[in-house]
Amino acid sequence: MSVLELRDLQTHFFTDAGVVKAVDGVSFSLDEGEVLGLVGESGSGKSVTGFSILRLVDPPGRVVGGQINFRGQDLAALPEREMRALRGNKIAMIFQDPMMTLNPVLKIETQMVEAVRAHEKVSHAAARDRAISALDKVGIPSPAERLAAYPHQFSGGMRQRVAIAIALLNGPDLIVADEPTTALDVTIQSQILAEVQELARDTGTALIWITHDLAVVAGLADKISVMYAGRIVESGPTDAVLTAPGHPYTAGLLGSIPGHGRRGERLTQIPGMAPNMAHMPQGCAFGPRCPHVSDTCRGSAPQITDYGTGRGLRCHHPILAAEGAA
Amino acid sequence: MNAMLELQDVSRRFEKKLDGVERLARRLGADLRETCVNAVDGASFTVTRGEVVGLVGESGCGKSTLGRMVAGLLPVSDGTIRFEGVDVTDAKSPQAREKRLRIQMIFQDPMSSLNPRMKVQDIIGEAAVYHGLTSRADMPAYVAGLMEKVGLDPAYAQRYPHQFSGGQRQRIGIARALAVQPEFLICDESIAALDVSIQAQVINLFQDLRRDLDLTYLFISHDLGVVEHIADRVVVMYLGRIVEAAPTEALFDGPRHPYTQALLDQVPRLDGGRQEFRTVKGEIPSPLNPPPGCHFHPRCPMAGPRCRREVPRSLTTGDHLTACHLHDGGTE
Repeated sequence: MSVLELRDLQTHFFTDAGVVKAVDGVSFSLDEGEVLGLVGESGSGKSVTGFSILRLVDPPGRVVGGQINFRGQDLAALPEREMRALRGNKIAMIFQDPMMTLNPVLKIETQMVEAVRAHEKVSHAAARDRAISALDKVGIPSPAERLAAYPHQFSGGMRQRVAIAIALLNGPDLIVADEPTTALDVTIQSQILAEVQELARDTGTALIWITHDLAVVAGLADKISVMYAGRIVESGPTDAVLTAPGHPYTAGLLGSIPGHGRRGERLTQIPGMAPNMAHMPQGCAFGPRCPHVSDTCRGSAPQITDYGTGRGLRCHHPILAAEGAA
Repeated sequence: MNAMLELQDVSRRFEKKLDGVERLARRLGADLRETCVNAVDGASFTVTRGEVVGLVGESGCGKSTLGRMVAGLLPVSDGTIRFEGVDVTDAKSPQAREKRLRIQMIFQDPMSSLNPRMKVQDIIGEAAVYHGLTSRADMPAYVAGLMEKVGLDPAYAQRYPHQFSGGQRQRIGIARALAVQPEFLICDESIAALDVSIQAQVINLFQDLRRDLDLTYLFISHDLGVVEHIADRVVVMYLGRIVEAAPTEALFDGPRHPYTQALLDQVPRLDGGRQEFRTVKGEIPSPLNPPPGCHFHPRCPMAGPRCRREVPRSLTTGDHLTACHLHDGGTE
């Protein structure tokens, strides 16, 4: 059963320099226990998509169109009071910087107990027990004692674990994680990935993992959506997208990643840089950087085309079609 | 000896002395001590001309401190740094100062290392004029040549740093470093803040420059994929000490130190599909209070009693250096 279904989400920022369509028609759906990797470079709109789901976009930004169906309710049309009841309860968010979640002057216990009792009438002791088990689940040693500590007494990796524990407190159906391991060392990152992987499997929580790092989602996500300039340009099962990318941008991104087996070789680079979102190019947004660009691309923006088995592509000249014919 | 850069037992300590109130409190019986961090603890290695040496490790391992000492931005507490045979440890002699100029550094964040109130032309050309590599009158042409070399349009020379994108700003930082005609570049996380597609452009630029200008690099990064790609030889640090150093292929294909093995094991890979993430337990201990013996022993799956007792020696077999008891008679 689908937990979340985004249909044609539009989030625009009304700035002095003009309207910036940070998210311009994003659609995807997510089933129970499924992990979606939302991948893109800075400014692609991946984080704004995550913030839009929780309705956390601040002015001058606004969700101006589309539907955010969460278990049959359209979040875009929900009154703020009901939205507050969902946030941190059925839908939780993990930020890149755990200090966005944690209050530096309150003990962890105060913050965790508060998060439980904001949504449920339970005793302080019961809420505390739940906090201890959540901390235990994310691998914090001696959780009962650590409850008395303040955020600054934890290391960066431990703080991120506490933020994840807070997200888990009320057994959410959906967690939106925005680059939660980007600032962490590899050994800490892999500890957290291991724990998140286990949690998604055990609890059936659906997960949106927003990242710029394709290698992180390669091992974690069931499916991937790649964003460019506010739109999803390619989506599909993780293995399929990574082994046979259909969009020239995805192919370019994969070629840009240095790593195993390509020692010393020249990297295939994508020329140029991402477009200024206030002055988008005519036609396909990726056109000016694309090796396969044609007059069709300059004339009209491509639509998402369904290639079956969950694959979608927004391209006039997909790499997939050329190979599929052979 | 054909070593271009040679570090011998280089150490750097950061000390925090007690202030007046704390000294008084100690006299009254409070348990206060001067704290001391060994950010870099007896590091020795050499870099040969034309080589790219990657320096890797997690945050707090001392890799940036080491880079800053080589660049002359931080004084050395102990040990010597030689560049082309000349002792440049404290750059007192004119000869040492002249050698120092051959070493330049490129920083992580181009925005905080470029003066926002200076035009790009002055940022790039200032040092070259000061050191007499060009005259004030010839400077615009000199700068235009450098900008072309790093892939920037010379027409932008009168602009300010904020008018450029992140990748272009990093190119300005590279042009500035190249302006004094260095032979040795230290890149301290120089591409960490860039997007993947821009990162690839800058990595390719580094490799083109290496070929065209015959440069030698010390490439400091936490990103093992990038280091594997660009480096000829890799040095791994943990809590201020060098634990392993070897040619890139030997190190990535057959790591010997348990820390290197753990580190390589945990790099997320594109190939191999959905993976079970394996983990090394624990976190880097506080450098204020490092574990005795081998610094890695509390997290090491192979640790024995000797590791808790004795600091491992650095042993070299062939061109592969390892500091681990496992390769020096066992851990018992």
